[in-house]
Amino acid sequence: MDKLVGLAAAVATHVGDGDSVVLGACLEANIPFAASYEIIRQGRRGLNIIAPISDASTDMMIGAGCVGQVTGAWVGSVSGGLGHNYRRAVEQGEPQPITIRDHSNFSLGMALMAGAYGMPYAPLRSLLGSDILKSNPAFKLTENPLSDAAEPVVLVPPLRPDVAVLAVQRADRFGNAHLWGNSGVTQEAALAAARVIVMADELVETEVIRSDPSRVLFPGYRVAAVCHVPGGVHPSPMVGRWRRDNAFFNDYHQQSRTAAGFAAWLDEWVLGPEDHPAYDAKLGAQREALRIKGQALAAPANYAAT
Amino acid sequence: MRRLEVPDFSTQELMIIAAAREICDGEVVFVGMRLPITAFGVARLTHAPNAVGLFECGLARDLPATETLYTMSDPANQQGALWASGLVPVMGQLQGGRVDAGFIGGAEIDRYGNINSSYIGDHEAPKVKLPGSGGAADIAAMAGRLIAIMNHDKRRLVDRVGYVTSPGFLAGGDARRRAGLDGGPSAVITDRAILRPHGDRHELHLASVHPGHDVAEVVANTGWPLQRLTDAGETPAPTAAEVAALREVDRDGFWR
Repeated sequence: MDKLVGLAAAVATHVGDGDSVVLGACLEANIPFAASYEIIRQGRRGLNIIAPISDASTDMMIGAGCVGQVTGAWVGSVSGGLGHNYRRAVEQGEPQPITIRDHSNFSLGMALMAGAYGMPYAPLRSLLGSDILKSNPAFKLTENPLSDAAEPVVLVPPLRPDVAVLAVQRADRFGNAHLWGNSGVTQEAALAAARVIVMADELVETEVIRSDPSRVLFPGYRVAAVCHVPGGVHPSPMVGRWRRDNAFFNDYHQQSRTAAGFAAWLDEWVLGPEDHPAYDAKLGAQREALRIKGQALAAPANYAAT
Repeated sequence: MRRLEVPDFSTQELMIIAAAREICDGEVVFVGMRLPITAFGVARLTHAPNAVGLFECGLARDLPATETLYTMSDPANQQGALWASGLVPVMGQLQGGRVDAGFIGGAEIDRYGNINSSYIGDHEAPKVKLPGSGGAADIAAMAGRLIAIMNHDKRRLVDRVGYVTSPGFLAGGDARRRAGLDGGPSAVITDRAILRPHGDRHELHLASVHPGHDVAEVVANTGWPLQRLTDAGETPAPTAAEVAALREVDRDGFWR
């Protein structure tokens, strides 16, 4: 089935108010910012954003009023520091209060894994002794029932997100995708989510994907929509395609110090440009400077059967 | 405060080299970002040529990246990696007991090495919302040894943290063992000194003072009555080989 649609249509169809949405499954790389921007433009409300960390994406969605809950391990600016919108929401209820479901990176990955594989919970030795057990009441501290000796264990409930938006280097129009480099919780998120939106930097023929199936992290039949958005991860990096726009992150971090500064930033970069191509055009030469031009190709892998 | 007498290295460079010395040859280490990532590079080039660095985004590397990194997922940290995988396979190595040591920072650390990077004040109505754990709680709970990197002042080195994101020795003594955890902090490297846990209570003690600093100043900037190890002296200055390795890793002079 041909699943290729525009990003605005994919967001309109698959991301509803109050949904739990994975945005930023790959830690600092491959954050689908173009989708975050489009969700902001379409004015979604009450989202539960799921991400281990999010490098400014979650922070800006909170500031734009889209977020009711954060299920994650870390919200801020990786190269800058504190998340200013996150702080305003939690400390002052501006622009609105949010609920935090504290995780560590590992507990979030294990929760998605439990969701992916139908496990009633994931057992964890991490979080023992941590106050995350106090601030997130979803975790249960108990004893290992299979052990004769006393052995504390933390049970993490599964996460089954409504939607996962996952950025990849290349995909075909049917949802078969190649991702290389680090993958964070991409695989667990794709297999746990009810709906998967693939945001591809490059659209390719199925034969390209078929030539190297070991580079596929989740099957195409689990994908609901494919969007072809070159450079859609800007300002985050993507292996072999885009360098990280450190200056852009720094500028966001400085401007978002005040609510007024953030509003101006949002007008300029998200609400002003009507879609990703307009955003891309506004970046202009800055975007081209970030394009990776070198080549470090993998050695070919032979899949021949005979 | 006395001025630094040896002008050949900055305080941050000394911290990096002190952190590098905490990595033993052949160890598997959770590296983290910024200062420790540079320390890993220095260790590889000096005394620990067989150390392996793990990154929670899903990477393992032997050789340090060839340019300054802003995040662990930057393309420069991926090219030449020895394993590009996911968060669960890599962090699962911690839970499997296969990681020798890990580095983390934080907003506050207390006398038992507990670290807060989540909330200042009541977590239900905090005065300051900090970014949160990331992978720090996992590394602190499950690495064989934890090395913390902190700026040394009374607001950061406190008697007890209000919120334990990353467990150290909890209330001290055998509290960590009773909670079900092995390992624990082995060193806290600050911009003034190195502290290490000592005695039955596992309370952090002064282990060495960096060149250019003195004991009274370190004690005055610590939020609990800091005791000294009997053999506490001066942090050894970087050797010529260590400085050369650092300058090779830190090509852009970010830490000078």
